[in-house]
Amino acid sequence: MKQSVYSMCGMCTVRCPIRVESEDNQVTWIEGNPHLLGGALCAKGTAGVALVNDSQRPQSPLIRVGARGAGRWREAGWDEALDYIAAKLKTIKQTHGPESVVLSSRGGPWQGMYKAFIHAFGSPNYTNHDCTCGRNTHHASLSINGVGRKGFGYDIRNARHLVLFGRDMFSALRIAENHQTLDMLDKGGRLTYVDVRQTMTGAKASRFFQIRPGTDYALALGLIHEVIKRGYYDQDFLDRYVSGFDELCSFIEAYTPAWAAKECNIREKELLAFVDEIGEDRPGVIFHPGWNLARYRDSFYASRAMHILNVLMGNIELKGGLFIPKGAADCGLPGIRSIDCAKPDIKRGDGVGWQYTHFDKGPGLAHLFFNNMLKEDPYPIKAWIAMRHDPFSGMPDPQQQKLAFDKCELLVSIDTNYSEYGWYSDVILPESTYLERDTPIVQQKGLKPRLAVRRKAVEPRYDTRASWEIFTGLAHRLGLEATFPFTTIEELWAWQLEPTGHTMADFEEKGFVELIDQPLWHDRDQLDSTFKTPSGRIELVSEKLTKAGLPSLKPFEKPEAAEKGMFRLIYGKVAVHTQGHTTNNPMLSELMPTNTAWINTKQAKKLGIQTGDQVELSSADHSYNATVAAQVTDHVHPEAVFTVHGFGKEIPRQRRSFLAGVSDQKLMVGALDDWDQAGGGISLCEVFVHVKKSIRNTTRRAEL
Amino acid sequence: MKKYMIHLNSRRCIACHGCEVHCKANKNLPVGPFLCTVSCTPLKKVGGIPKTEITFSACRHCEDPLCVPVCPTDAMLQRRDGIVYIDQEKCIGCMACTSACPWEIPVQNPDTGKAVKCDLCMDRLDAGLKPACVAKCTTHALKLVTLQST
Ligand code: SF4
Ligand code: SF4
Ligand code: SF4
Repeated sequence: MKQSVYSMCGMCTVRCPIRVESEDNQVTWIEGNPHLLGGALCAKGTAGVALVNDSQRPQSPLIRVGARGAGRWREAGWDEALDYIAAKLKTIKQTHGPESVVLSSRGGPWQGMYKAFIHAFGSPNYTNHDCTCGRNTHHASLSINGVGRKGFGYDIRNARHLVLFGRDMFSALRIAENHQTLDMLDKGGRLTYVDVRQTMTGAKASRFFQIRPGTDYALALGLIHEVIKRGYYDQDFLDRYVSGFDELCSFIEAYTPAWAAKECNIREKELLAFVDEIGEDRPGVIFHPGWNLARYRDSFYASRAMHILNVLMGNIELKGGLFIPKGAADCGLPGIRSIDCAKPDIKRGDGVGWQYTHFDKGPGLAHLFFNNMLKEDPYPIKAWIAMRHDPFSGMPDPQQQKLAFDKCELLVSIDTNYSEYGWYSDVILPESTYLERDTPIVQQKGLKPRLAVRRKAVEPRYDTRASWEIFTGLAHRLGLEATFPFTTIEELWAWQLEPTGHTMADFEEKGFVELIDQPLWHDRDQLDSTFKTPSGRIELVSEKLTKAGLPSLKPFEKPEAAEKGMFRLIYGKVAVHTQGHTTNNPMLSELMPTNTAWINTKQAKKLGIQTGDQVELSSADHSYNATVAAQVTDHVHPEAVFTVHGFGKEIPRQRRSFLAGVSDQKLMVGALDDWDQAGGGISLCEVFVHVKKSIRNTTRRAEL
Repeated sequence: MKKYMIHLNSRRCIACHGCEVHCKANKNLPVGPFLCTVSCTPLKKVGGIPKTEITFSACRHCEDPLCVPVCPTDAMLQRRDGIVYIDQEKCIGCMACTSACPWEIPVQNPDTGKAVKCDLCMDRLDAGLKPACVAKCTTHALKLVTLQST
């Protein structure tokens, strides 16, 4: 029988709205929701069908029988696997206390459910992957605006100029945002792109700066200097909502465009021409404050500088600028209910909230657990549950992480695919693919907020379960029914929707429920309660940072230069893969089965490397290395070697991606402790690696 | 007689390779054959910015297709609206069409041993739908252009 459902994509964490057709329990067609995306979908979205049909994913719960990481498993039924985990968790709770269990996830709209589970269990230790993603940007926004990274949206379509610092949006692919940017360009808008290498985003830009790695902050400082000098700022907005402008003016004095150009290896003339454009286009200039800015030691300050540029433009809650995403309450409507449980009043194991008071306590900082685990301080951590999170491919130096994980009596991986962490864990609980599972309803904030839900298009092909079933199953074994009283998704949905008066039938027509029919803007003269800083103003000098002994306006420090023969490792994205999640997907691995190493032409010449040659990339201490093909180009900075993240996997059951390419994370030996003390993010681009031509390029044949 | 062509607005295309996968998924093709490809020229500076030219390539649905007369079993056919397609029942997989085509468009499906190529998604067109690559292009860069009305 033919069926059609509206749902939400799950191939990457953008979660685009989709419509899925199926026949006889086979997915036959996936497209972007016609009401929101006009059918548009990326390669990954379509490859969802290959994910469902992929036999190289866990097909039932697996319990480890060999040594950790040896890849010896036995298949188990769900009851057995859940009983096994529950029994272990109970013993650990009795012996070490509930706080000795950590649950990490990939964040997202359903993280409330995972968080509620671990809180109900009695542990405060919920964490997520954001220390390798948006934490610096998030904390930068909090320190200035008093709201986090998601506290702003970007009205790109109506902007006159979009400025992106290393945000390669045409590889990261948020389809709706991409449409906005292309529409803006079609209307004659400008795009300025800043990166250490050229990308598809830069190729669409009207201005491109190829800067020295680690100098985004310098460029932003030079811009602030010139913008202030020329008076290209909104004095009324500053007077009304902003504090610290005078301090900024005196701080920025030394950071001239000539200085910035020199630091960044760009031309001053170009920087000045860019400021001319800012003068013409303001206030409709959006300086995107970054997404994955876990890059340099000063990325937090670079993001702050981008926020400051927005503040100078006075572009907040303005058409063609930044806007505050609205929810049900802004529309005067009751919101949905969500599974929740208060956080136990116990010190976090990562030190966030007591040792580090300037960080958002929500998910803490995952990497700060490891050293504490080794020292068993403030207490031992005995179990780690990773929900769709792969610490080994997401965070630096898996070998160092293993030392900490070896202190645990129980490692659980809940994931659709095998992950590198899952392969090392004790129990794998296979989650059904997003096309085979229902999820709780979520609110999507925006100018036109809506309610959305993921609905299964087909029944699970293997013995897998939805995450809500997995957590409910565990909760019922651990006596946490009060937090998870549901036994069916229909019950859960009904409970969520009850206050709103909506029913599931309201999702049938378009796949979502619109809470308002016209874009909702706040009155720009009434933004006083918007900025949740201690002073209620936008704070260019943050009281909170000062209290933590951190500067708000930090002097620029030159990035380290590489030692001879070494390069700074820079990673990035590509449109056909989602980090490490899809490198084994049957359709996507065909498009891109491995990664390469981009090397600047001049450097390659010195090393005798040509495009296509095999090159060896080794970690600083030579404990990890991999051989990949070289991509020789002028369009990567001479100090950098670039590679696409997500490869170099060592999971034999993933036969397409096994040992294909190089893993940036494994090259990052020692980098787990190199993190931004102010922003909390790990500095993923502060690593140097050896690069040399491989002897595997031989044309000689010694065999018969 | 030729009624349709697919046009790429290269200003919008971001070479995401979505179309290639949309096509393969719609035709249920295994690893190996692609019926359309997107390619980028090497980066070259234009006005100071490294740029690339993006092209979309699939069967041209020639007015006088060279692939049709060489087919020994009359499996390669041309419709009245100009769409050149392969009758899978009749195809014996000899791949004479590939040798005859100036762009070597037809490819072999390793699962069936038969030739496959772009048929402009004629089943979808006939049902009033757009070709898969056009319907789902990530950025709406691909358009189906109707050349003449019949
Ligand atoms: S799907 Fe569209 S944007 Fe992507 S490569 Fe194909 S034509 Fe270009
Ligand atoms: S297969 Fe080649 S010859 Fe035949 S119609 Fe297509 S492009 Fe023309
Ligand atoms: S028209 Fe259909 S068959 Fe032809 S390239 Fe596009 S999706 Fe493939």
